[in-house]
Amino acid sequence: MISQFFVLSQRGDNIVFRDYRGEVVKGSAEIFFRKVKFWKEDGQEEAPPVFNVDGVNYFHVKVVGLLFVATTRVNVSPSLVLELLQRVARVIKDYLGVLSEDSLRKNFVLVYELLDEVIDFGYVQTTSTEVLKSYVFNEPIVVDAARLQPLGPAAIFMQGTKRMPGTAVTKSVVANEPGGRKREEIFVDIIEKISVTFSSSGYILTSEIDGTIQMKSFLTGNPEIRLALNEDLSIGRGGSVYDYRSSSGAGVVILDDCNFHESVRLDSFDMDRTLALVPPDGEFPVMNYRMTQEFKPPFRISCLIEEAGHLKAEVILKVHAEFPSNITANTIVVQMPLPKYTARASFELEPGAIGQRTDFKEVNKKLEWGLKKIVGGSEHSLRAKLTFSQESHANITKEAGPVSMTFTIPMYNASRLQVKYLQIAKKSSSYNPYRWVRYVTQANSYVARI
Amino acid sequence: MAPPAQSQRSPSRPQPSGKSEVSDLKLQLRQLAGSRAPGVDDSKRELFKKVISYMTIGIDVSSLFGEMVMCSATSDIVLKKMCYLYVGNYAKVNPDLALLTINFLQRDCHDEDPMIRGLALRSLCSLRVANLVEYLVGPLGSGLKDSNSYVRMVAVIGVLKLYHISASTCVDADFPSILKHLMLNDSDTQVVANCLSALQEIWSAEASTSEEATRERETLISKPVIYYLLNRIKEFNEWAQCLVLELVTKYVPSDSSEIFDIMNLLEDRLQHANGAVVLATIKVFLHLTLSMTDVHQQVYERIKAPLLTLVSSGSPEQSYAVLSHLHLLVMRAPYIFSSDYKHFYCQYNEPSYVKRLKLEMLTAVANDSNTYEIVTELCEYAANVDIPIARESIRAVGKIALQQYDVNAIVDRLLQFLEMEKDYVTAEALVLVKDLLRKYPQWSHDCIAVVGNISSKNVQEPKAKAALLWMLGEYSQDMQDAPYILESLVENWDEEHSAEVRLHLLTAVMKCFFKRPPETQNALGAALAAGIADFHQDVHDRALFYYRILQYNVSVAERVVNPPKQAVSVFADTQSSEIKDRIFDEFNSLSVVYQKPSYMFTDKEHRGPFEFSDELGNLSIGGELADDVVSAQRVEENDKDLLLTTSEKEETRGSSSNDSAYTAPYDSSSASVFASQTQIESAISNPTAAGHSPQASLAIDDLLGLGIPSVPAAPSPQLKLNTKAALDPSTFQHKWRQLPVALSQEFLLSPQGVAALTAPQALLRHMQSHSIHCIASGGQSPNFKFFFFAQKAEESSNYLVECIINTSTAKAQIKVKADDQSTSQAFSTLFQSALSKFGIP
Repeated sequence: MISQFFVLSQRGDNIVFRDYRGEVVKGSAEIFFRKVKFWKEDGQEEAPPVFNVDGVNYFHVKVVGLLFVATTRVNVSPSLVLELLQRVARVIKDYLGVLSEDSLRKNFVLVYELLDEVIDFGYVQTTSTEVLKSYVFNEPIVVDAARLQPLGPAAIFMQGTKRMPGTAVTKSVVANEPGGRKREEIFVDIIEKISVTFSSSGYILTSEIDGTIQMKSFLTGNPEIRLALNEDLSIGRGGSVYDYRSSSGAGVVILDDCNFHESVRLDSFDMDRTLALVPPDGEFPVMNYRMTQEFKPPFRISCLIEEAGHLKAEVILKVHAEFPSNITANTIVVQMPLPKYTARASFELEPGAIGQRTDFKEVNKKLEWGLKKIVGGSEHSLRAKLTFSQESHANITKEAGPVSMTFTIPMYNASRLQVKYLQIAKKSSSYNPYRWVRYVTQANSYVARI
Repeated sequence: MAPPAQSQRSPSRPQPSGKSEVSDLKLQLRQLAGSRAPGVDDSKRELFKKVISYMTIGIDVSSLFGEMVMCSATSDIVLKKMCYLYVGNYAKVNPDLALLTINFLQRDCHDEDPMIRGLALRSLCSLRVANLVEYLVGPLGSGLKDSNSYVRMVAVIGVLKLYHISASTCVDADFPSILKHLMLNDSDTQVVANCLSALQEIWSAEASTSEEATRERETLISKPVIYYLLNRIKEFNEWAQCLVLELVTKYVPSDSSEIFDIMNLLEDRLQHANGAVVLATIKVFLHLTLSMTDVHQQVYERIKAPLLTLVSSGSPEQSYAVLSHLHLLVMRAPYIFSSDYKHFYCQYNEPSYVKRLKLEMLTAVANDSNTYEIVTELCEYAANVDIPIARESIRAVGKIALQQYDVNAIVDRLLQFLEMEKDYVTAEALVLVKDLLRKYPQWSHDCIAVVGNISSKNVQEPKAKAALLWMLGEYSQDMQDAPYILESLVENWDEEHSAEVRLHLLTAVMKCFFKRPPETQNALGAALAAGIADFHQDVHDRALFYYRILQYNVSVAERVVNPPKQAVSVFADTQSSEIKDRIFDEFNSLSVVYQKPSYMFTDKEHRGPFEFSDELGNLSIGGELADDVVSAQRVEENDKDLLLTTSEKEETRGSSSNDSAYTAPYDSSSASVFASQTQIESAISNPTAAGHSPQASLAIDDLLGLGIPSVPAAPSPQLKLNTKAALDPSTFQHKWRQLPVALSQEFLLSPQGVAALTAPQALLRHMQSHSIHCIASGGQSPNFKFFFFAQKAEESSNYLVECIINTSTAKAQIKVKADDQSTSQAFSTLFQSALSKFGIP
């Protein structure tokens, strides 16, 4: 049971504010914002998603820079409230197409209407866009998506490959398109976040894939859909002990565990690895999965630090792309903390490098190397000359690192989990909606120790 | 809706000054009000939007009230909704205006469009004006009977709103019993869920004053209601499922086969993508199996994978909430998670609050087989850029060292920390080495060699300095320079700002003096002089004390200051096991995230519908006066049990896959295993006849009216109690909350008994000799309060007793609750006879 719900902008302005039970003081939004902003004097630590001030519990989630907040005095389930906040954000996004401060301000009447149906007197009624459609009547005012940073993991499809219909992800589920008729299409996105830690000798210490099969349907009449996954997919590893040597033969995908959306029926899952569902309107995860089975990491990182004379050292960073050459990774950033007493750093890129940038962040003594794209099979390197402000007593490698990396690789998934086919049950033979099955891999925590 | 404060607004929109715009709007609205021209609704919409946007900005548009209401006499639902929003905002501060709208809202409550009926009813109930409640009763009554489920859904919550405005009006109109009927009969699950929410709130609030409400609240967790809800669980939406599951945790099944039925039924809820549903299910599983050690452990094994999946999917905020719960479970049963330690490794980009939880988990799960790898990982964090986390990592290494038998390798690591030459690393490591030496004095040789090399100038933090001083004092015979280091520190007495360090310095100099008198004499004199002149009271007192005791007798001083020490075997835990149990009891709530039981952070009225009175919590602290309180002992035993069975569990684990059914290993005949869903459902609904059919529901209504079961008159004299009965406090609380009072009696105590009560512990011992154990006690003369429990000799059937003794009237009042009600009279007789013998030799 929650008492208030509000959305604050990055600057702390109230964009939406709804009090459901009148149990919490009026100034709660300001109290909250001050607390979040100044959680620790040094500004080093961020506020946890849940905290208590004077008997009031504040919950918040950050979505596209906005703070979605709920308050209550009751000892509720934190998972429930945080899940709810996330879901409210998604419902609003389903309606508005784009979630941003601007779109919220333009549509606040609609947003209040939604909020009144989602929560009544603090109790959740429904968060299903499908159900809400019959209660909510305001039409969304669509904001221009092109100049806005879109929300959510699906947004990553907008850059790079042209085949992706970028506008669809920012399309409102309810609004009619200018043309009048809606385009019949369905998007299935397999999004994987990978975490790998390499030891200083390049050996994989830990690795994990956290994946989601995300769906967004624009099909009319809610037809049933069948999603077939790899036939040799198996779930649950005997124990949960990591074991990188005993990966069973190629092609077999073993998930540690997975969970499913409410709408998914698993009647024939055990037999032929098929998920059946009637997709509700709006964006939702069909399935979340987790895998610790051995996989080939997309990048190898090597790092060398050497002393190069008095108060000087040299860093050589190398990144090797281990994926096929028809695939291209984009928005790659490599970061590395340097010794605290580093005064200057000068960089030397490989000859003929395009779309690369380097930076030495003075404040936190960090080296940053950005690459627009990396083609599969290629190798890139960076040489950095460091100048120290004082003599170092200890080993420099102990004072620097680890190297971390972020990237996005469209049309690639590390787990080899696949959607073999996407079947739409529908009456007529002429009915043939667009089906988009898209893969993408992102780095969650990709770290090499030195 | 409170109009949000708009301090800084985007400059793109012109800031209306207010007055002229409002009167302008008023004029336009008036023109449109009577118009029937085509497209007039669209123009109205535009105007309404303007009004509402002014309202949100904080401009007072209440003067438009009349025009707004007039314009809303339309069938356009968007217009209506905006008007309701407007009305809801101004009604509370302006009751006169609210009265104006009553008419118009009441009329809408009879509209033919169910959406409008529902919306009007919701707005009507949201006015929150006390003197208008009389107008709510009629529309609510018909709303609850409406043929449309949306209207009923709104009406149910409307009843709750009415209750908060005027409880008596709500109760007098008999709404709670209508809700109860709806809850058990309505075809729409959201109506059912709303009834449940409303009833829990209403009956909990009423329970303090009304016996009947208490009974009604108890019926919510009675078997028929629970089964009725469980059988429909999949029809509820995910949020309502959480509500039902939370209710199920309060239910006490009668036997183990019932427990397995419920768990098999809910098994697939663990695969839900909504973390809240999964955690609520886990809570049910954990609470149901509390008294079945083996199954409880199977549950831990089963929930591991879903929890880990939830931690790694979803937003960082959601995963933090789940991780907090995982943390709680890991701390309770670390050995079950010891092979999963890699999941608790920190990722460099995680926020500190996540890393902190993970470090604690890593510390807890460290055992013989994984310590090496865990410590290696932790050492990586020690060089982390995030200094607070680096510190905690070092502390974690130390904690692991203190809990392991084989610390050889770890000591080496710690000593390496000391050589890293980072101030904070050295500081943390020093504190750890000190603790380590207190536990393992045999390591002194290696440690002292390294510690001796540390320049005290590089140690600034008081805690670290104190640790260094302690070692200097304690091992001054092994450290060549000890007297001289101490001497130089004494010379800089005035620069030392921390009183803690000065205290340690005094003691260290004293210890050093006893070991190496000639070298330390000067330093001692200087230290005592400085100490006596110190402005800090404690430092002054200690210096004076040392001075006088030295004057009195040096060998006595040595015995006081530097006695032979025993190694510390266990360091005190920061949180009592009782508090931990309480938090576990409140699984899937904020208590877990805050790591505090709810009474520490919520007001009484917000503790939730079934919160146990905190009496027991407070009392049990008083219970510590009895050194034979069973609880602590029991918790330890429980842990050992779990330990012993880990190996057995390893063997069975292979077979327990996702869809495994829960079985009771100790009694295969009684454990009915249902593999398939349908079987379970029929099994649950058949014996109780709690199906969906109307007749069945009527039967439930009857059952619900029953109230307290009558107590059988014939006592069975053969009742034997288990002499080694055991029950942990959380189970006690859990049961006490759920079981009805079987028996409540009052009788007189013997004068000897009253006299003997001057020492309440004596009573506890006396009752224990009759196999009745005390779990909590408290109070002061003349009023004492005790909670006892006992168990039947051959089966695990419990008796719980609350006993209040007034020594001035020599009266004892007892309330008995029992798993098996039929024997409660026999037990009461036994209890009374035991109590009557108290004080009689």
